[in-house]
Parts: sequence; structure tokens; C-alpha cells
Amino acid sequence: MADAKVIPFDDDRSRAGSVPRPARRRGAGNRRTGGEGRQAGDVQPLSGRSRTRDDVPVTREADGAGEPDGSGARPGPEEPDGSALERRIAGGLAFLRRRLTGEYEVDDFGYDAELTDQVLMSLLRPVYEKYFRVEVKGVENIPAEGGALIVANHSGTLPLDGLMMQVAVHDHHPAGRHLRLLAADLVFMLPVANELARKLGHTLACAEDAELLLGRGELVGVMPEGFKGIGKPFGERYKLQRFGRGGFVSTALRQGAPIVPCSIVGAEEIYPMIGNAKTLARVLGIPYFPLTPTFPWLGPLGAVPLPTKWTIQFGEPIPTDGYPAEAAEDPMLMFNLTDQVREQIQHTLYKLLVQRRSVFF
Amino acid sequence: MGKVVLVTGVARRLGGRFVRRVQRDPQVDRVVAVDAVAPEHDLGGADFVQADIRQPSLARVLAESGADTVVHLDVTATALGSGSRTTVKETNVIGTMQLLGACQKSPTVQRLVVKSSTNVYGAAPRDPAVFTENTPPKSLPSGGFAKDTVEVEGYVRGFARRRPDVAVCVLRFANILGPAAETPLTSYFDLPVLPTVLGYDPRLQFVHEDDVIEVLRIASHDPARGSLNSGTFNIAGDGALLLSQCSRRLGRPTVPLLLPAVTWAGSLVRTLGVTDFSPEQIRLLTHGRVVATDQMRETLGFRPAYTTAETFADFARSRGPGLLPPQALAGAVDRIAALPALGGTHPAHSAN
Repeated sequence: MADAKVIPFDDDRSRAGSVPRPARRRGAGNRRTGGEGRQAGDVQPLSGRSRTRDDVPVTREADGAGEPDGSGARPGPEEPDGSALERRIAGGLAFLRRRLTGEYEVDDFGYDAELTDQVLMSLLRPVYEKYFRVEVKGVENIPAEGGALIVANHSGTLPLDGLMMQVAVHDHHPAGRHLRLLAADLVFMLPVANELARKLGHTLACAEDAELLLGRGELVGVMPEGFKGIGKPFGERYKLQRFGRGGFVSTALRQGAPIVPCSIVGAEEIYPMIGNAKTLARVLGIPYFPLTPTFPWLGPLGAVPLPTKWTIQFGEPIPTDGYPAEAAEDPMLMFNLTDQVREQIQHTLYKLLVQRRSVFF
Repeated sequence: MGKVVLVTGVARRLGGRFVRRVQRDPQVDRVVAVDAVAPEHDLGGADFVQADIRQPSLARVLAESGADTVVHLDVTATALGSGSRTTVKETNVIGTMQLLGACQKSPTVQRLVVKSSTNVYGAAPRDPAVFTENTPPKSLPSGGFAKDTVEVEGYVRGFARRRPDVAVCVLRFANILGPAAETPLTSYFDLPVLPTVLGYDPRLQFVHEDDVIEVLRIASHDPARGSLNSGTFNIAGDGALLLSQCSRRLGRPTVPLLLPAVTWAGSLVRTLGVTDFSPEQIRLLTHGRVVATDQMRETLGFRPAYTTAETFADFARSRGPGLLPPQALAGAVDRIAALPALGGTHPAHSAN
């Protein structure tokens, strides 16, 4: 339905030639890892994870068992299960021991790499793979090392798109990079949410934190539309809102980090927001209170997102290192770059929408 | 040639340690130690002068000593012995004003070192994750020790403007820990069961007592080549620990409580006067605080000997084992791992 309304732009500048329409996610997985992924892929749940440690922890067993059928011919149990299972158990116990005694590391931002890799990612992965069936394109556009700023559109009432983008980078990037998302201050005011966000490596969307992370060579993800994007009514889906005040561009310019535009299709339809109870939102102190066809009416059941089919496309990076040092103070250049990033994301969104067969498949 | 160092707040252990340490430095001739009460510990060869820094008599002490370096350590969160919060605040704020007034009149003073705290940044969800010396606080501390330090720093900045010839060094210490440290945070960690705020896992940063003494020494002498020791510096060990990690490493179980309940209990305890569990303490244990120490390394040229984790390990060693000693837990896990049959290990792994 959304597809029909969209006017396509016949602009082929961002890698349209990849694959016409890979129908299954499996196709994307194979393309990404190439040949070597297939050899390693029979025992490893995901080639992107092989880098962490060879003792694959037990917490992943549930999805590890489900995964091999995605990578094709050979199912998991082919591995002589004595040694593999033992290794997993040993790894799991070592993990448990570290967690119980507190002997693990977090960085200054509270990012708990071990917990993220072993537990939180495995909790998000089924949602990513089975529920939204996310297809990732152009992950090679993310530089393998050094700081980079991923700028994405924001939608879906709840920030699931950020989390899915994090799983996409974590699982699919050949260098196994971790995405550090910048989140709204509301996240850090809510109990539990703030704790999980910090442990997942998120931090407050402010110039200081973003610059510090980019300066350390981290991959930073930002959704500059903010609440305007995520809380927009369903009728305005896939229409990018204003990109804040362009602060992300000056941050990237100051650090000379490339900007990677990212377009996420599918998140708009998970909670079709047909209304906004503004008074209630004001009372609760939140930016909007969504009314969807199901949400307040069916109670908690209404909070289950619709199982849409997602596509996340990373576009070609826009370099920012060629500018002079004072460029970050130049509002004109900043607006131009902001527009360039915004246009590129919007174009890619339209293109992906045209290619999309249906919202759910 | 020799220097005369005047140190305030020597009745505390930290002050006492610093006095003993600094008089061993060859360039120091004489150390004048000042406090309102006589210290219980030995001050070595220092001259102790009993004077209340809230009284104008301090000016006479300073003039008579002819001190060229003043180290102001009497900015503290807790009262010594049985003082009330009012006394502490008076000592912190009025004491600092008196001391600065005396310094301003003194022709001999060339260097002023003030002990401050990273409390000046407050702790709020809207703050950046890492504070630099220039980060303005989003929510100024509303009371308690944090507000004292903000005011003390304000007066010190005023003094630095009026006496540009005096090198002023403000050291913002993260939570000081160590075998002998006594701060509100150490008394918190001494509780058998740690109350925490449900749904929050604050990041904490510590600095070891030994590093505190060392950095105070660096700040109170002439700067080494290629470094500058006037200005404001964050002093903290590398890295950060989550409160949950701290409790596990200490072996003390936590009791998560709802934030309103914690605030209420905190004010109740305060009213009863049992302990000084102040609102800013609760805010620290809710939102946490981490500071950047680049200035400390690059400008001040100080490298702490202990990281945050090492500081905490040293502190944990000095305390007795808690209810859930980490060694015992590790041993239990190891015993499960040593079970021969695979079947025996399955329950553990589902619990994981």
C-alpha cells in the first residue's frame, strides 16, 4: 500500500546493481560472507561472531540451534557433539564465573562488551532474524576501522530500529564492529532502560559523547530526526523529518569521520500510529503517547509490533576529512552536508520501497 | 631557598599522611599543619598549630608561618568525630573564605592547592557520559557536600582573579578509596547488604589514597619540565566500575529498591541522624559519574599508580569478606565444571 504512493527517483548512484531482489535473508547472508563464510559456517552460528571467542557460550544455544538451517545444507548436530558441547559448557561456566565474581570490564560509557555479545545480542537476534527478517545491504560501506558516523532514519514509535541496526552491524560486518548508538535523554531517565542502554554501549546524544567516541575510533550511530521521526503519524511514513540542527555533521567534521547514511525500511509499519494522546503524554512526561489500531485498546497484547519485513541499507560513506579545520563552524557547509545526507537517505528509502513486494513479506 | 608549606585539615588521615609525606621532600623546609582539633596520628616533624580555619586568627597563623605554599585539604563531606552537617558546611565554605582572605593579604604565598571533588558535576541523566573539566553541570547540586565544593571552587576562582601572581591548582578528586579511607562511600560499601536503586547501574570511578597523596605533592611543588600545575584537574583512576561489579567483587549482595523508596529512606535516615546518606550520594548511586582525565595526564603530567579496578581491589582486600565472597562463588562454579557427567552440568547452564 505504501509502495503505490511513492514516486520513484530514477537515480542509480547508490549501488542499485547489487542483487535485483534477494527474496530470502539467506541470500544476503551468503553474499556477505562469500566463500570463506560457508566453510566456517557449519559449526559457527554466525561467521561474524567467530572473532569473539572460540568457546561459544551456552546462552546462544537456542538460536545457535536454529541458525544452521539458515546457512544451508548441514545442520548443527553433525559436529561430534561430545567435544563441542563440552566446549560450550566450559565456555558458559567460565562466563558465569566471570559474571558472578564481577571480573569483567566495562568502558567509561558503561559498555559491557561481554554481556552484549553473549546475552543481549542473542536476545535480540531472534527478533531480528525470525520476526522482522531483516535484510542487510551495503554493510561493506561501513569502514572496517576508525571512527565513522552512521546516520539513519528513525521510525516505529519505539526505537526498535536502532536496536536492529545494532544487531545488523554486529552480526554482518566482516570486521565485527560494534555500533555505539546515541540515544535520547528519555532513555537515560527511565529505570532498567538506562541500565540496558548503557550496557549495550549506547550513550546520550550529545556532541561531547559523540566526539569522544569518534575520537576513540568507534562506530557511532545516530538518528537525527529524534522524536519527530519516531513519533510521526502513520500517514507521514517514510517522509524524513528535519535532521535536528545538523549537530551530527559538525561532530563528524571535527573528528574527520566519514558519514554513512543508512535507510531502514519496515520499521515504520510495526506500530501504525494513527493518533497521539497529547494530554496523556504531557501528564506522563513523554514526548508522545501513541494510539495504534491495537495499542491501548488491547492492553499489553496491543504492544506487540506487527511482523513487518525489514531492509536496512547502508549507503556509500560521505567523507568529511577533506575540509579545513574551521569547516565545523561554517553553518552553510553544515546545512549543505546535512541536506546531502538527508537526500541520500530519502532516495534510498524510496528505492527500497519500490523494490519491496509487500509490507509483511 | 626552602619552602614553607601550610596544610589545613591535618586531623584527618589523608591530611596527616600528606603532611608526613611532603616533609620528606628535599625542597621543603618546614611544614605547618593546621586544624581545629589536635590530630590523633603522628605528624612527623611538622609544626602543628591548633587553629579553626573559620576564625580570622588563621590570617595570623599564615602571616607568622611565612608560608609560600598553602594546601587546603579541609574540604570534606563528613564531620570529624561528632560534628553536625552545619559545622561541616561552615568549615568548608566559611573556612575556605577565611583562608583565601588570609592568602590574599599574604605577600609570601605563591601557590595554592585546593582539594575539591568531582561532585561539582552533579549526576543527572542528561549529563554527558564523561565529564571534562569544562563540562557545565546540567543540574547544579542542590545541597550537601556537592554544593559546598561548587561554592568553594567559586571562591577559589575569585581569588585566582584577584591574585594572578599565585599559582592556583584545584584538584577534583573522584571517590577516594583505600584501606584507610573514610568517606560516605566507604561506609556505604561497609554495609552488609548494599541497597541499590532498581533499574539503575551507575558507573563509578575511584582514586587511590596513595595517588591522592602523590598528586597533591606534585601540585604543591614547582611544575616539572613540560607540565603545568595550575588550573583545574580531574583526578581519577583509569576506567570505571559498575556498582553491580563493585558489589560482586566485594561479595556483598544488593537489594534493589525503587527510587522513591530510596529517596524517602535516605531522608528518614538523615532526619534520624544515623548516617550522612545525602541526596547527592543517592544521585551518584543512581546515575553514576565518570570524568575524563586527559588534562591530568597531559598537562599535570601525573599518572595514577592504581586504576579504578585496582583501587577497588585494594579497598576490597582491606575489608572483610562479605556474605557472598567472590572466591566462594567462583569455587562453586568450578566444582560444577569439575563434575564428570555432562548431565550434571545442564541445570547450571539453563540457570545461566
